[in-house]
Amino acid sequence: MGLIDRLFKDPAWGVHPDDHKRPAADQPLRVLPPPARLYMPLQQHVGGAARPVVQVGEKVLKGQLLAAAQGNISAPVHSPVSGQVVAIGEVTAPHPSGLGFTAITLESDFAERWIDADAVADPFSLAPEEITRRTAAAGVVGLGGATFPSAVKFVLGQRLKVATLIVNGGECEPYLSSDDRLMRDRASEVVDGARIVMHAIGATQVLVGIENNKPEAIAAMQLAAAPFAEVNICPVPARYPMGSDKQLIQTLTGREVPADARAAEVGVLVHNVSTCAAVHQAVRLGRPLVERIVTVNGGAVREPGNVFAPLGTLVDELLAFCGLHEAPSRLILGGPMMGSPLAHGKIPLVKGASGILAFDAREATIPPAGPCIRCGSCTRACPMGLLPLEMAARIRHDKFDEAAALMLGDCISCGCCAWVCPSHIPLVQYFSHAKGELSARERTRLRNDASRRLAEARVLRLEREAREKAEAALRRKAERAAAKAAAERQETPGETV
Amino acid sequence: MWVAIGSLTLMGLALGALLGVAARYLAVEENPIEAELQSMLPGSQCGQCGYVGCAQAAAALARHEAPVTLCPPGGRALAEALAARLGVKADLSQVVDDGPKLAQVSEDICIGCCRCIKVCPTDAVIGAPKQIHNVIRDACTGCGACIERCPTEAMALVPVPVTLQHWIWPKPAIA
Amino acid sequence: MKELALMMVGAALVNNVILARFLGLCSFMGVTTRIDTAAGMGMATTFVITVSSMADWAVQHYLLDAYGLGFLRTVTFILVIASAVQFTEMTIRKVSPSLFQMLGIYLPLITTNCAVLGVALLLVEGKLSFLASTLFAFASAAGYSLVMIIFAGLRERLALAQVPRLFAGPPIGFIVASLLAMAFMGFSGISTG
Repeated sequence: MGLIDRLFKDPAWGVHPDDHKRPAADQPLRVLPPPARLYMPLQQHVGGAARPVVQVGEKVLKGQLLAAAQGNISAPVHSPVSGQVVAIGEVTAPHPSGLGFTAITLESDFAERWIDADAVADPFSLAPEEITRRTAAAGVVGLGGATFPSAVKFVLGQRLKVATLIVNGGECEPYLSSDDRLMRDRASEVVDGARIVMHAIGATQVLVGIENNKPEAIAAMQLAAAPFAEVNICPVPARYPMGSDKQLIQTLTGREVPADARAAEVGVLVHNVSTCAAVHQAVRLGRPLVERIVTVNGGAVREPGNVFAPLGTLVDELLAFCGLHEAPSRLILGGPMMGSPLAHGKIPLVKGASGILAFDAREATIPPAGPCIRCGSCTRACPMGLLPLEMAARIRHDKFDEAAALMLGDCISCGCCAWVCPSHIPLVQYFSHAKGELSARERTRLRNDASRRLAEARVLRLEREAREKAEAALRRKAERAAAKAAAERQETPGETV
Repeated sequence: MWVAIGSLTLMGLALGALLGVAARYLAVEENPIEAELQSMLPGSQCGQCGYVGCAQAAAALARHEAPVTLCPPGGRALAEALAARLGVKADLSQVVDDGPKLAQVSEDICIGCCRCIKVCPTDAVIGAPKQIHNVIRDACTGCGACIERCPTEAMALVPVPVTLQHWIWPKPAIA
Repeated sequence: MKELALMMVGAALVNNVILARFLGLCSFMGVTTRIDTAAGMGMATTFVITVSSMADWAVQHYLLDAYGLGFLRTVTFILVIASAVQFTEMTIRKVSPSLFQMLGIYLPLITTNCAVLGVALLLVEGKLSFLASTLFAFASAAGYSLVMIIFAGLRERLALAQVPRLFAGPPIGFIVASLLAMAFMGFSGISTG
């Protein structure tokens, strides 16, 4: 049977790192009591930053709108606690650059008073547009890490008439188990959310892809999905990066997403399990996205596990809650393969943060990079079928266009190549650098084009003004001459008649 | 001896005549890559290269009289593109690419004289007489024409701040 | 017929102008940084070698031999070669301005490319017929182009390699050229075997 073969044969791409998911994944979910101060960033998603709608000093309830979406691709931000707005200012962003961004600082009153929820008893009676609107208003974004506003994807799915919703429970990054924990503890919410999303995009079936290293989650999800024929739980081989949407789509449907196309163009839409649970919360319970499950793991953590924490909590508070053996040698937001290194722990938890990793000295060691020995391991590992060694050699010499010709743009920065590299070459950093340079050049090019148009428009304007001035001068001259002639006529009426 | 002189002279004359005819048929009026080079330049006619405008700069480039690194607004990327087009090696160490810059008005010094507005090649300065001027950041090319014109030194070039969207991963140090 | 074919293989590979006779080394090192430039140079030189050897054969046969003016050989050959180069330069400038830009100074320098004069002088030594000498010249030029393109390909790869600083640039280029020459020595097995 072709499908079974496809599902259980190990794919040719990818890597299989030690997953380090247990024992953290098996620990019961803990709830973080609301911290005294929270920092709610205005930009926790792809697209335009949200615009604050509260004043400093204003009292807010849990779930109250703090900042409204701005622009076509954006998402609003809500208060994760009840309390007071104490400041709107700059905090360090969870970003490798360590640059700052704007956040709303809240002081918790520990009362946890929610806003009046606009719950819907039967979301399937709502029009898809209404579900999209409610999802957008709740600030739901892709919680797998991409943080693309989910409602925008719904609209895309409706427009392209997507038939299949794929729910991504792959969670292939080592150390992370927040989706695993969610599926074990709240499988019915995930399934309900997935069915709401399916209704919103007009799809006819749901495929939930779960890596086969999470048998408990598969069992829980199968139980929750049993009453619904359209929801299929599909165990997939545990292989990094199975949680990347292109790889999951290919494994589940056999369809390959073309290089410059989106998943919706091959008739599927991918949403993360956490996103589905958030849609369930948003539509069925009327609760905006203000909390999430986050994995706290790594060698420096005393009690690794999953924590249900309000967004905006500082990383330091989460680490203190779980305890530390030692000062972490490296902090990472997200997984070890694709996460962002954090400079310090005074950084707020954002919507896309599925894990906080505090590595001890042994885990944090990065061996020094050696020269490339052309073993080709990276080309075998690359899930996108690229040639990492060739691209890196060109980027090393700043030949970004040649790297782009080798389809650098298809690189998903999964880190497989760097992980397998026996010379420990930081390949992904090369690619990130080149992608940044290429987009900077594209911006410069667009800017130059725009300024050329402006310069041409200015030349035209100057010409027009000069012409108008000359015409006006001629006209005045003619008027003066006419007036003069008329005056002469009036002075000597006898002669002209 | 006369045969030798005569034959060499004849050969020279014949080949010269042939080449003369060929030159007439294969004549190239203008340097055809000039137009192409001009389209690569920013076209804001800012004059920072020392030529009157981008057309003159392109002509000088086509005659190999100007270095490919002549255009400060185009930066490193343009220098590389020009070098590739002209088939020369660019000495990029000479390019001081300390990032893009924008003009900025110090609001407490600006007297609203409108002189900067008149010289801006992209109409990026807005304002009216006796009103504080302002720079439209999206239109400013950072050419600096307004800096020299400002009587009160209210205009200054400031680096474009690096934001999360514009930050670039540094290139790994080569082992 | 068979002799002609063997002679052409010999001229192109066994006695390659660059790697066996060590002629035309300045362009060999000068314009082999990119494959397309090297291919353009190869084509231009092939044209010049073929045309000038045809003209040189005629000059040798009907002028120099007929009137006993052997002492004028180098001067007349250079005159012919220079004219052919001038013609090529005008043509390339008209047809492919970018190739003209890329070849730069090496295009007029084909005149002094020793491979061109060397092939012409070899033909005189060989006392070949018109057809044979034309084919010999063309085959030599093809061998020249082949080596130019192979070396340019190697140098394109070399530009991406992490070469120790001591060897970077021309030194590693010469080492690669010597390895390539040794590889071409393998062709000499054809002539004896």
